[in-house]
Amino acid sequence: MTTITYLAIFALAVYSFIINKSRAVSLAKFSNLHSQPYYHGIYSAVFMFLPAITLLILWTSIQNILTNLTIKDYFGDINDPGLVKFYINSVIDYSSGVSTRIIEHSGFLPAVERYSSLTYTNSILKIIVAIGLSVTLLRLSMKTVTVEFKAREYVERLFVMLMKLSSIMAIVVTVGIVLSLLFETLRFFSMINIFDFLFGLQWSPQTAIRADQVASSGSFGAIPVFAGTILISLIAMLVAVPIGLYSAIYLSQYAPYKVRTFAKPIIEILAGIPTVVYGFFAVITVAPFFRDLGDKIAPGALSGESAIIAGTVMGIMIIPFITSLTDDAMNAVPSSLKEGSLAMGATVSETTKQVIIPASFHGIVASFLLAFSRAIGETMIVVMAAGFAANLTLNPFESVTTVTVQIVGLLTGDQEFDSAKTLSAFALAFVLFFLTLILNVIALNMVKKYRELYE
Amino acid sequence: MTEKLKISIKNLNVFYANKQALYDINLNIMEREVTSLIGPSGCGKSTLLKCLNRMNDLIDICSINGQIMIDGTNINDSDQDPVLLRSKVGMVFQKPNPFPKSIYDNVAYGPKLHGIAQSKDELDSIVIKSLSRAGLYEEVKSRLFEPGTGLSGGQQQRLCIARALAVGPEIILMDEPCSALDPIATAKIEELIEELKTKYTIVIVTHSMQQAARVSDRTAYMHMGELVESGFTKNIFSNPQHQKTQDYITGRIG
Repeated sequence: MTTITYLAIFALAVYSFIINKSRAVSLAKFSNLHSQPYYHGIYSAVFMFLPAITLLILWTSIQNILTNLTIKDYFGDINDPGLVKFYINSVIDYSSGVSTRIIEHSGFLPAVERYSSLTYTNSILKIIVAIGLSVTLLRLSMKTVTVEFKAREYVERLFVMLMKLSSIMAIVVTVGIVLSLLFETLRFFSMINIFDFLFGLQWSPQTAIRADQVASSGSFGAIPVFAGTILISLIAMLVAVPIGLYSAIYLSQYAPYKVRTFAKPIIEILAGIPTVVYGFFAVITVAPFFRDLGDKIAPGALSGESAIIAGTVMGIMIIPFITSLTDDAMNAVPSSLKEGSLAMGATVSETTKQVIIPASFHGIVASFLLAFSRAIGETMIVVMAAGFAANLTLNPFESVTTVTVQIVGLLTGDQEFDSAKTLSAFALAFVLFFLTLILNVIALNMVKKYRELYE
Repeated sequence: MTEKLKISIKNLNVFYANKQALYDINLNIMEREVTSLIGPSGCGKSTLLKCLNRMNDLIDICSINGQIMIDGTNINDSDQDPVLLRSKVGMVFQKPNPFPKSIYDNVAYGPKLHGIAQSKDELDSIVIKSLSRAGLYEEVKSRLFEPGTGLSGGQQQRLCIARALAVGPEIILMDEPCSALDPIATAKIEELIEELKTKYTIVIVTHSMQQAARVSDRTAYMHMGELVESGFTKNIFSNPQHQKTQDYITGRIG
């Protein structure tokens, strides 16, 4: 019933748009309208649609509160508020046909009857009022289609307000994410000393959930976890920076136009591959390759999970970021500089080294930083290829763990959200967020600086 | 005036993909003279200029046939190295394009590339000599190590000329060198061209007929990719042989 009402109001709005637009069109034949017919149409549609929909939504929510209060009286003899809530929900479910279960209580069936009749009259009334309001507004809006009516200005203002709302939404969500992280982190630090977390060398978050369980008391030193993250990210950069840089130089300075238009989109497609697919690649292709290689040098030394495997695959993942951003930065160097250098008898490689790279240096470094922060935050590849053991080591052939892997481990399965073990995930996430935020701010500033250089 | 042939262009045709840009150009350019190329936009004068130091090689779709002899050698021969050619034929562009380096490094760029200077002192003297010859040294001697991009437009253009001179070229190509400059800076560059022609062969593309008349010894008029007529500047401007040339210099077309 309600859906049909909403649809009817929408249909009326469309009708209002069409009729008022055509009225404006016929009006325009005789005189100069202040606003184009299109704006009259939009204005009248919104003028009708917004109040009607608002009325419907308000009415429904108030109706829910009131009916809940009414049927609550039927269960006046029960003291437990949770049980009353459950009974009320059962009544609603039963009446609307969601469930067929009858509660053993004297008030249940009368409550169902009362609820059904209330909702029935209410929805009839609601539909009549809403449709009535719509039609009244529709008739009113027809009177506003006049030569001097400033429909355009009202519509423009409405769209500006919509855009403002959208941007406020985006900001509010961001702030909300940060705040939710922050509160959980603060709860964690009320249980564990912040310095033990930031500078502790031992990470084993398993704590006893029940008193009779055998488990370690848990230690939350985050150093090994962050060291693992940084080790893997550095390996990734070692793989990605040379390949990304050289391919960008080739694409922007040497490649014929045809190769460039063909190769750049392909490299950018690499950036769109879901990271879980890279994870498969790591487990199925790269891990056996490194294991076989390791067996030839020192048998049994290399396990399937090690920093070098995760790092290599992550490096492959961030190559397109570096290639694409560096290529953009180099292309942004004015071609007059390149021509100037070549006309002096410099070769293309001399020009690249001495003119192009210095001129686009900020952009290149920014692309490195963005790629690095992307590597730090990456989850799927390391979950599949790096392992869970928090070893504090610099040896790339050992298994290490990363922040994101630990967060996944801490939050999968059934968890209680007030133990230090679970809350430590939020603390890890918060520190990680802070790290990548700083890297991104530096990178964006650099990009801005290098843009200003030539403008 | 010594009448010595420096550049000789014979039956030159240039194509961009399937579109022909230059038709059968024949032109002689004399040593230590200023030759100006004039004509309406899109007539191919810049294309012709860029053929002289093979900058068109950088455009994938450009193909060239015909002969360009410089000092008796065809520069389009397959065994000719464009890098060596460009150290002998310097170029100054329409918009000043100093590198984002210091004034000193801008001028030292070419000598360093080609290993011209044996020592730091020699490099210093090349830089100072080139800047002086470009008439810029007195203005910048106190700030040689500040960025070249901080200079005014006219100074930047003279820095680019100094940069080209530092490699020790024999020919200097100028592609509308004054079109981005104000009249005073233009006057300075024109004065400079006057001085430079005692040592260098200069080919200048210009949109300004007054400039061509002021600075050049010979003028070539081009129209729609063809060379219409060439000769001594005073003859071209006072007594053009072709109707098209006369229309252009009197302002009826272009």
